[in-house]
Amino acid sequence: MKTKLFGPTTIAALATLGLGSLPAMAQSPIKIGFVSTFSGPQAAIGEDMRRSVELAKEHLGSKMGGKPFEIIYEDDTFKPDVGKARSEKLVLQDKVDFIGGYIWSNVLLASLKTVTDEGNTILVSANAGPSQIAGELCNKNFFSTSWQNDQTPMAMGEYLNTKGVKSLYLVGPNYAAGKDMLAGVKRTYKGTIVNEDFTKWPDQIDFSAELAKIAAAKPDGIFIFYPGAHGVQFVKQWAQAGLNKTVPLYQVFSIDAITLPQQGDLALGTLGAQEWVNDLPNEQNKRYVADFKKKHNVYPSYYGAQSYDAIMLMASAADALKGDLSDKNKVRAELKKANFKSLRGDFKYNTNQFPIQNFYIQEAVKDAGGMMTVKTIATAVKDAKDPYYEKCPMK
Amino acid sequence: MAGLLAPLRTPRGLIVALILLVFAVLPLLTQAFDQRYLLSIGTRIVIWSIAAISLNMILGYGGLVSFGHAVFFGIGGYAVGILAANGLQSGWLQWPVAIAASVLWAALVGALSLRTRGVYFIMITLAFAQLVYYVSAGLEAYGADDGLNISRSRFDGLIDLRDKASFYWLCFVLLLGTLWFCGRFANSRFGFVLRGAKSNDQRMMALGFPVFRYRLAAFTLSGAFGGLAGILLANEGAYVSPAMMSWVKSGDLIVIVVLGGMGTLFGPLYGTIAFFVLEESLKPLLDLVHKGWGEYWQIVFGPMLVLIALYARGGIDSLLGRRHG
Amino acid sequence: MDYLLIQMLNGVQLGLLMFLLAAGLTLTFGIMDLVNLAHGSLYMMGAYLAWTLIGVTDSFFLGALLALPATFLLGVAVEAVVMRRLYARDHLDQVLATFGLILFFNELVRAVWGPAGKSIAVPAFLAHTVEILPGVLYPAYRFAIIVVGALVALLLAWLVARTRLGMLIRAGASNRRMIAALGVNIELLFSLVFGLGAVFAGLAGLMAAPISSVKIGMGDDILILAFVIIVIGGIGSIKGAFVAAMVVGQIDIVGRAFLPDFLKTFMSSAAASSAAPAISQVLVYVLMAGVLVWRPTGLFGQRN
Repeated sequence: MKTKLFGPTTIAALATLGLGSLPAMAQSPIKIGFVSTFSGPQAAIGEDMRRSVELAKEHLGSKMGGKPFEIIYEDDTFKPDVGKARSEKLVLQDKVDFIGGYIWSNVLLASLKTVTDEGNTILVSANAGPSQIAGELCNKNFFSTSWQNDQTPMAMGEYLNTKGVKSLYLVGPNYAAGKDMLAGVKRTYKGTIVNEDFTKWPDQIDFSAELAKIAAAKPDGIFIFYPGAHGVQFVKQWAQAGLNKTVPLYQVFSIDAITLPQQGDLALGTLGAQEWVNDLPNEQNKRYVADFKKKHNVYPSYYGAQSYDAIMLMASAADALKGDLSDKNKVRAELKKANFKSLRGDFKYNTNQFPIQNFYIQEAVKDAGGMMTVKTIATAVKDAKDPYYEKCPMK
Repeated sequence: MAGLLAPLRTPRGLIVALILLVFAVLPLLTQAFDQRYLLSIGTRIVIWSIAAISLNMILGYGGLVSFGHAVFFGIGGYAVGILAANGLQSGWLQWPVAIAASVLWAALVGALSLRTRGVYFIMITLAFAQLVYYVSAGLEAYGADDGLNISRSRFDGLIDLRDKASFYWLCFVLLLGTLWFCGRFANSRFGFVLRGAKSNDQRMMALGFPVFRYRLAAFTLSGAFGGLAGILLANEGAYVSPAMMSWVKSGDLIVIVVLGGMGTLFGPLYGTIAFFVLEESLKPLLDLVHKGWGEYWQIVFGPMLVLIALYARGGIDSLLGRRHG
Repeated sequence: MDYLLIQMLNGVQLGLLMFLLAAGLTLTFGIMDLVNLAHGSLYMMGAYLAWTLIGVTDSFFLGALLALPATFLLGVAVEAVVMRRLYARDHLDQVLATFGLILFFNELVRAVWGPAGKSIAVPAFLAHTVEILPGVLYPAYRFAIIVVGALVALLLAWLVARTRLGMLIRAGASNRRMIAALGVNIELLFSLVFGLGAVFAGLAGLMAAPISSVKIGMGDDILILAFVIIVIGGIGSIKGAFVAAMVVGQIDIVGRAFLPDFLKTFMSSAAASSAAPAISQVLVYVLMAGVLVWRPTGLFGQRN
């Protein structure tokens, strides 16, 4: 048997398996993998991220650290096991220098070890921020250009305190991030929690039962977390039930540039918390939003802004090291400086490599052209750290 | 020895031998050619094959269309995951518990759902799978639907599952064991009764066979092997989540079994290979035709399933010519 | 009392919407013996076609009215191209083929309409709340859903009980071979029934659109629920689908509106608010399993 190991049959079998080609030996460009959802019901988010990544590439002149770079997009199809397999392919087969992206906590958690430990590759999350990775699972190869899940609702809670909202009704979907978000607002909000309802996920399209309960409870405000299409549905039904005249809506991640075209006028006047808003007055943000609007005729969302930042963060390390990314220690040291022009303005990295950053309160309004968007009306918290970084063994 | 080599004289036997040979030495090949990603795909193919073979026991031989077979990925996986999260890392403990849990659940579900027929059976197996799915998505102590990162089972002194090649070979040996068992199973008296009941259960009952009990036994066995695949899948990803047992995964398993050829010993293996090759290659192929088309690969894949259902009844297995013996 | 009334109305409205979706499914199932997983895709296509037609005609009413024949034609086309070849096959082939159709339609919609969801606004004349009892407000549009749903249910009841088509449908559900023997043009009947089922699915989709959102895969989420309903009711039985839809609608609302408070009477508030949605999520599946264990062919299904 042994003598046959590399005999003609095996070679033939190899050829059929597509093993024929060996990697090209030419001086290779910097490779970046980008994992997001590009098909199915959530593809709109992935599309927004890709547009922003492409814009970042354009703004960088397709070069970082003096070398050309290429981006390989992979579709996680909204499934953790597929996300993990795609990430593994990027690390093992494409041998990328960085991986960015990740909308969903479960996809990120499934892929984390494969990328950071087995592949020793640096991962920059452009959205997902589960508490585990901020705390005990924190990793030297993991960086975030977004936030930790609890932070955004915590900022909202602080704002509601200063605004004097006395009682709050909480509603969110019954899954891990939904529970994190509702727990987050409870960490900081000091008024009365009238009730909290968790709804079925993802197949609940009707919120009439919950809205009837809210109408009966007469709270000073409703706090919701419903990303994507569910945010559209909740806001519509809240307005249709006439509650928009009696109970104000406060939200996180439920009203954004992707959902606003569908929510339309019904969302007017609602308040949300976010670490980035499209009208933040810094030069890089103005350029990003203007160029994005010119290209696509819509506003970018925070998903896009965070993805743009992820590419810019990678570029900052490549530039500092003149394109030589072979020493991972040096790359990590450069990334940790966060030495780039973030769209949200400058920020520093905490010990767990999540940003220490401001959060803003944004209101849904119409712009001069009649298009729905959000504008900053207050700063909710400054230089906020997430509540888990002390559990992270990295110092 | 001569008896073992006899099947090699037919083309069908040669193909099987070739596939198994390539699988047996895959880690050496991937190392020699520095294609470590192929080893990962290979590992997943082997694990999914075990699951597909287990589904084939009831679907192919018994004609029982279970639309909830991925639940055993979940039960096997979560048994390992929950024990691991509680500090019990030993595979000697984890694996038997996981198999026992799968067997128990299969026996319970089988006892309740085998009373129904046809579409009702499809739907009731789906309902029970959804039940477990939502329960696991509610397990807050174990990550709810974020899932649970675990470390691989430990068989101290025997094998280190963190080594990818060792893990692969373990999966491969288990696949061989599953194939061997299924071959025995199919050609036993038990298998004949099951197949007889598939084509006409009234007649088998009239002949005095307790069809219900045979089916229940087959369902339970199938659950045990499904649970084994779940254990391996949890170890492969070092991660368990409710998504392992979403109804789409159960659909994928059915597709694999039909694609490969129902009620044939090696059909599930062909089906799994074809399914993974399609999944990995359709997107890049379409991108070659026209940049950007790759993302719409399901527009091609969907109608392919329709065509398979319509015109490829015997699956890949039937393309290899008539069966010997 | 007012609160109870509102929650009951919510349950009725949800049940009727589910009935529309389940009616088409149980028709095709009962008569052609066809497991059509792609029924949810017709629901989605109904909503997308309505979105386009409402945009073109600039009128909700006209657009919705035009979307119905459009989904009928789509249904007839799908029947002619794929379904017709599946009638003689076993359920497994049907599951496989229609599973393939789901993938196809989802990606087709993404290619044609783009990945972002679409929104259909509530028509102006229904965009307000009505006072059903002094001080008790209910959205007018949801009332409209109840009215349309009830009308369709009555229409179907009449169609099945009083017309020749209905007679054939009833005959087909109990004995397929017999109607063929009677010299009925089976091909035409099947096309018609499938198209009709598509219309009901499309109607459910476009009526749900203003309260939800028009998005890729919108039918997949609730397809399983529709299957649960027809299985509980007994495959092929319109009456069964109606009863099961109403029961499931009420159970769903009870699980969401009253269960948390009920659980709080004997468990901590935190435990109750996390247990309640988990329980209400599995409640319908438990109901279905229970019904099938008790009656293996559903409440009103044919027994052999």
